[in-house]
Amino acid sequence: MTTETETEKQTTIAVLVDNEPGVLARVIGLFSGRGYNIESLTVAEVNTQESLSRITIVTSGTPMVIEQIKAQLERLVPVHKVCDLTMDGAHVDRELALVKVKSTGEARVESLRVAEIFRARVVDSTSESFVFEIVGNTGKLHAFIDLMEPLGLVDVSRTGVAAIARGSRPL
Amino acid sequence: MADDQMNGSQILLKALEEQGVDVIFGYPGGAVLPIYDEIFKQDAIRHILVRHEQGAMHAAEGYARSTGKVGVVLVTSGPGATNTVTGLTDALMDSIPVVCLTGQVPTHLIGNDAFQEADITGITRSCTKHNYLVKDVNKLARTVHEAFYVARSGRPGPVLVDLPKDVMTAMGDYTPVSRVTHRTYKPRMKGDINLIRRAVDIMAAAKRPILYCGGGIINSGPAASQLLTEFVRLTGFPCTLTVMGLGAFPASDPLYLGMLGMHGTYEANLAMHGCDVMVAIGARFDDRITGRLADFSPNSKKIHIDIDPSSINKNVPVDVGIVGDVGHVLEDMIKVWKAEQASPDRKALAEWWKSIDRWRARDCLRYENSTKVIKPQYALQRLYELTKDRDDVYITTEVGQHQMWAAQHYRFEKPNHWMTSGGLGTMGYGLPAAMGVQVAHPKALVIDIAGEASVIMNIQEMSTIAQYRLPVKVFILNNEYMGMVRQWQELLYGGRYAETYMHSLPDFVKLAEAFQAVGLRATKPGEVDDVIREMIETDRAVIADIRVDKLENCFPMIPSGAAHNEMLLGPGDEAEAPVSEEGMVLV
Repeated sequence: MTTETETEKQTTIAVLVDNEPGVLARVIGLFSGRGYNIESLTVAEVNTQESLSRITIVTSGTPMVIEQIKAQLERLVPVHKVCDLTMDGAHVDRELALVKVKSTGEARVESLRVAEIFRARVVDSTSESFVFEIVGNTGKLHAFIDLMEPLGLVDVSRTGVAAIARGSRPL
Repeated sequence: MADDQMNGSQILLKALEEQGVDVIFGYPGGAVLPIYDEIFKQDAIRHILVRHEQGAMHAAEGYARSTGKVGVVLVTSGPGATNTVTGLTDALMDSIPVVCLTGQVPTHLIGNDAFQEADITGITRSCTKHNYLVKDVNKLARTVHEAFYVARSGRPGPVLVDLPKDVMTAMGDYTPVSRVTHRTYKPRMKGDINLIRRAVDIMAAAKRPILYCGGGIINSGPAASQLLTEFVRLTGFPCTLTVMGLGAFPASDPLYLGMLGMHGTYEANLAMHGCDVMVAIGARFDDRITGRLADFSPNSKKIHIDIDPSSINKNVPVDVGIVGDVGHVLEDMIKVWKAEQASPDRKALAEWWKSIDRWRARDCLRYENSTKVIKPQYALQRLYELTKDRDDVYITTEVGQHQMWAAQHYRFEKPNHWMTSGGLGTMGYGLPAAMGVQVAHPKALVIDIAGEASVIMNIQEMSTIAQYRLPVKVFILNNEYMGMVRQWQELLYGGRYAETYMHSLPDFVKLAEAFQAVGLRATKPGEVDDVIREMIETDRAVIADIRVDKLENCFPMIPSGAAHNEMLLGPGDEAEAPVSEEGMVLV
């Protein structure tokens, strides 16, 4: 039996939905209406023929709350499938960030060096700025952004987490 | 253009007809004029013209709950649509199947802040089971069929279909219901047989069992009530019902403990508290049932049967959760019980019944009767005694003290005869709901047990009742207070009755006459029987103004934030400790 005192755990949930107007609002409304956390949410169409979108949600809660979230998501009429990637074995998660750094001189050189270590790419450059593109899990992105902070970080844009189960099985 | 094409309004009406709709509760307006024009030209579907869109929603709920069919509402865009929000929320909370059709401004004006435009699919996203905006006339029939399917399948609920005016005049093709299947929504009906076996094993080993049953049984259909009755009698286990479940098990059966919860019986709540096995069937562990969660039935194994997976482990963690329609699961459970020749510990069960009988002996619904003033409980007991021999009595209620007294004192033998706003607690529900019930059952005796404050919230529906000559009886327990709020002020707020007394109430007898109904009044206990008899015998609508004790409180009561074994039984019964701060913030 689960109890309320059990600790909160981060969970990644993949949801396959009909790509129809309002479906994202339904999912977001469910989280805000019932007071659940959204740490990251991404959505894009993944099957044009059948008009299906995939939503990846990173949330956190006690096991009882996570179970509730999944049951509530499954209850939405346009939802095809709900999958708890954290619980159902190993999964890969990736996020992309575009990081703008404004600096000159030593800081500018240092930012390039750090980017190299993190295998970030330069996708835009002016005489006093870079835009880096970095892909990785959330932890890696955080580490990179933290390092860029003292080197002239001015802007960040992140995609949120996309995740998929390891192995040959589809969702 | 093919010959068999129709305009959107014709497609809509054909789809409704194919869904077996015989009546619509509605109110016209600019955006739905094309639909009303088609309604004018046909006579397969009857339209009941309400006086306020909220009334249409509750009428459709009353219709649905008393027939088991889907209730249908048709309103115009903007204010017509927003007026349905309370009714939609009510239907969602109580799992009532309703399809609400709303007009919308033409598609090219959507988003332009047009006259009488409201983003009703946005507004109602969280208070409907699902909703649709139809932008293509060729998808209209399919969408309407889907809406009915979603409304009545699984855990039923309200579904809204928003219909832009240009779609209702555009020509398009009809899709018959036989060609519509739903891509995603396929609720599970049969329960997992292994879990059912585990549940039966736990029940067979029980020493102090209880069956706690709710509105899910009513929603599953009359067969589920019969299966429940069979199962209760087969096991000899005590059975208690929620306010939504009244009628699912015959109140006259000795195995019935009465309603449970905040104003439930002493025996039901103590049995819930002390049981070692609890079987929740079609009930959802609502806060009005559980009281303080930490002390809710602390020593029991819990089995939960529900069609909605999100109900299981939501408030109370359970040991066995069975997802499925309660009718199907009960059927399997009876089979397994018989096949395994389950034989519970009869000796322990007899001991358990002895404890229950001791609690019963407290006679918790007792009240001090009076020869001078009408006690509300007395009025309801007399109403019950004078109507119980008929099998066509339907009771609706408003919300408040009278509702709880009705739930305690009116005894139901069959499902679908009791309509009350359980989850949302909507004042103003009972009168329009009674109207909907009467439309579905024209010859039946339909009584709205009302409070004077609630009934005024939708009193305009008396005009609808007059127009269609519906012989609805409105039985007002008139104490001139918002009684339940006043009771809480007395018990929790030092008797400071802030804004709960109503000056200048209407003269309900004259009000009845103004609405072409019959007005009756009782002011002394000796008059109650005569008024009830006259009310029943009158073949027109009646408002009976029963002037009851102004300060009577509704007991038993579990104060908010308290546990089941901390009930207040009557006026002399003080809470051991004042209500905790935690309790005070609870509603």
